[in-house]
Amino acid sequence: MAELIPVENLDVVKAIVAEHREVPGCLMQILQETQEKYGYLPLELQGTIADELGMPLTEVYGVATFYSQFNLTPKGKFKIGICLGTACYVRGAQPIIDKVNSILGTQVGDTTEDGKWSVDATRCIGACGLAPVLTVNEDVYGRLVLDDIAGIIEKY
Amino acid sequence: MAYKRSQILICGGTGCCSSGAMTLVKELKKELVKHDILDEVEVVATGCFGLCELGPVVIVYPEGTFYSRVEAADITELVEEHLVKGRPLDRLIYTEKGDGHHPLSINDLGFFKTQKRIALVNCGVIDPENIDEYIAFDGYMALEKVLLTMTPIDVINEVKASGLRGRGGGGFPTGLKWQFAHDAVSEDGVKYVACNADEGDPGAFMDRSVLEGDPHALIEAMAIAGFAVGAAKGYVYVRAEYPIAVNRLQIAIDQAKEYGLLGENIFDTDFAFDLEIRLGAGAFVCGEETALMNSIEGKRGEPRPRPPFPANKGLFGKPTVLNNVETYANIPAIILKGAEWFASVGTEKSKGTKVFALGGKINNTGLLEIPMGTTLREIVYDIGGGIPNGKAFKAAQTGGPSGGCIPASLLDTPIDYDNLIAIGSMMGSGGLIVMDEDNCMVDVARFFLDFTQDESCGKCPPCRIGTKRMLEILERICDGKGVKGDIERLEELAVGIKASALCGLGQTAPNPVLSTIRYFRDEYEAHINDKKCPAGVCKHLLDFTIDPETCKGCGICAKKCPADAITGEKKKPYTIDTAKCIKCNACIEACPFGSISKA
Repeated sequence: MAELIPVENLDVVKAIVAEHREVPGCLMQILQETQEKYGYLPLELQGTIADELGMPLTEVYGVATFYSQFNLTPKGKFKIGICLGTACYVRGAQPIIDKVNSILGTQVGDTTEDGKWSVDATRCIGACGLAPVLTVNEDVYGRLVLDDIAGIIEKY
Repeated sequence: MAYKRSQILICGGTGCCSSGAMTLVKELKKELVKHDILDEVEVVATGCFGLCELGPVVIVYPEGTFYSRVEAADITELVEEHLVKGRPLDRLIYTEKGDGHHPLSINDLGFFKTQKRIALVNCGVIDPENIDEYIAFDGYMALEKVLLTMTPIDVINEVKASGLRGRGGGGFPTGLKWQFAHDAVSEDGVKYVACNADEGDPGAFMDRSVLEGDPHALIEAMAIAGFAVGAAKGYVYVRAEYPIAVNRLQIAIDQAKEYGLLGENIFDTDFAFDLEIRLGAGAFVCGEETALMNSIEGKRGEPRPRPPFPANKGLFGKPTVLNNVETYANIPAIILKGAEWFASVGTEKSKGTKVFALGGKINNTGLLEIPMGTTLREIVYDIGGGIPNGKAFKAAQTGGPSGGCIPASLLDTPIDYDNLIAIGSMMGSGGLIVMDEDNCMVDVARFFLDFTQDESCGKCPPCRIGTKRMLEILERICDGKGVKGDIERLEELAVGIKASALCGLGQTAPNPVLSTIRYFRDEYEAHINDKKCPAGVCKHLLDFTIDPETCKGCGICAKKCPADAITGEKKKPYTIDTAKCIKCNACIEACPFGSISKA
């Protein structure tokens, strides 16, 4: 994973806006690329995007808060996503979530204080054949039983 | 091209990739080099075969030998036995659950026997990253036929005559939709074709499988739609959760442009068509057509009131035709083989096939395509291989958060759009989740309401407030605080929300509740009146106890208990302090004697 760009550096976000500004409906793409580079979308970045596009900050904020994949606060270095699609749920995703939270001392949506972990319940990732499933960043772990969880967390 | 004596197909769908398929590709090539047969044997990473449960799946042709759950460590032996010595490696050949059938060829598998593949015809057969393979399987011939021999009205009439209905949920006749967009007047002549690949229904992944396994089929179909309605630009709106699909679709678009199958003067006609991918950002409501259009426009994905309908005033205010991936995937076959052929498959009002993503408590989890009219029993038992661990079938859930639960008494219902509506569910995009006796139907209803409530965009009050009130009632029922009259209150709210919500999300949100009340009312009553959860799911209604007769006093449960709720002396029966017990199930799973129960 590439190093994240510090929020103070506004050149990158300005370049992203410049690249897309002529495309109709570009705001979503700009927010997606900005989050990819900076890791999250604090108000400073949203404000810069609004200024560069010449639109009110409320409009940018409205879009950034509408979609669940846009984060307004930083996420952990390792993002655990426990799939809460129906197939995973009926095969016991809830106990998996409880187990992860009991090991890390978190609630769903939390980032640990050391910034290492964040825990989210995700929408169906479509790996229903492997249910229940969790992901750590890009790694997928399937056919989980409760005893697997500690070992997975230890790996990172 | 050099002659290849054998092809090895490895499933490269998301499911099998998650189980390590790409490592297998590397290992295979390494072994083939070692035996110096790399130029005789071709290794192809294909799209999804459908049997995700058994992944990673490897098929060796010409025999069609079906190997399941192959690991990197198996590859040396597999290459040595099958490709060098020429005898199949028996220990990796799948043995079917139930009858112990041990088929040598993929064509003999029970899972595939009753399927009929139209939309998925190339999935698991071709290399999705190679346009030549698609072309070799008659790819882009339908587009050529349309551009060189048909008028837009011919195309629309053909699609109408096929009886194809939208595979994304509502089942609206596709040809009629195209007709409306064709007839709509655009002041500056601009119209759009859009594809809904925002497959948000939990448990449905057929659209992703088409994108991953046969992306050119979508491109070809959208170009055909563009010709039919008079559009030169198309958008594919894909979930960002599907990185492999997005990547393969982009590769396919680039290849199509390189071959002149997208762009200006396609097949030397004056027809021009271009495609662009737009990524979603995690909002279920964007599967609704007008919300999706707002999202492509870079706005909050809130639905718009209709009329005007998208066919007249859609994307960027222009006439737009929107279909989902599976609907489009049927189009090339309809054009090439004819409407009559397509309409010969299926039931009177639902033509063709439907792809289902079979998941949950079922032996053969995966993707299957069956003629409309196949019964649920055939899907669950013949194709799905029945319920694991000898448990009893309780319900099948179709239509995702918009659908309902179908009980065992209706297993013989032929599946089509109208029958599903009649029994209180709907086709939806084709997720089919099987539940067994261990699933609580009240909890399932709560799960779906929790989902729709969370995904409600908040624009209209019936959905924003109504689903919240329904969820609160369901939560208190699951927590053992349900009161008399709660079932009736749920029903009353449901009727109101269905009648007054702005978009499909709200209008269908009460379905999971209504259908579970309709078929499993006794479970609701047990929760409310007796404060019991018959399936043993709702934690607040359970007490864990150790049977002193069978407990051997080994202490394993006490060690496993994360809440220190279990105490006792070695070799004497242990006891659970119910006040401390967090009902996590760890003790039940740990007990070697089955002495712990919950009720």
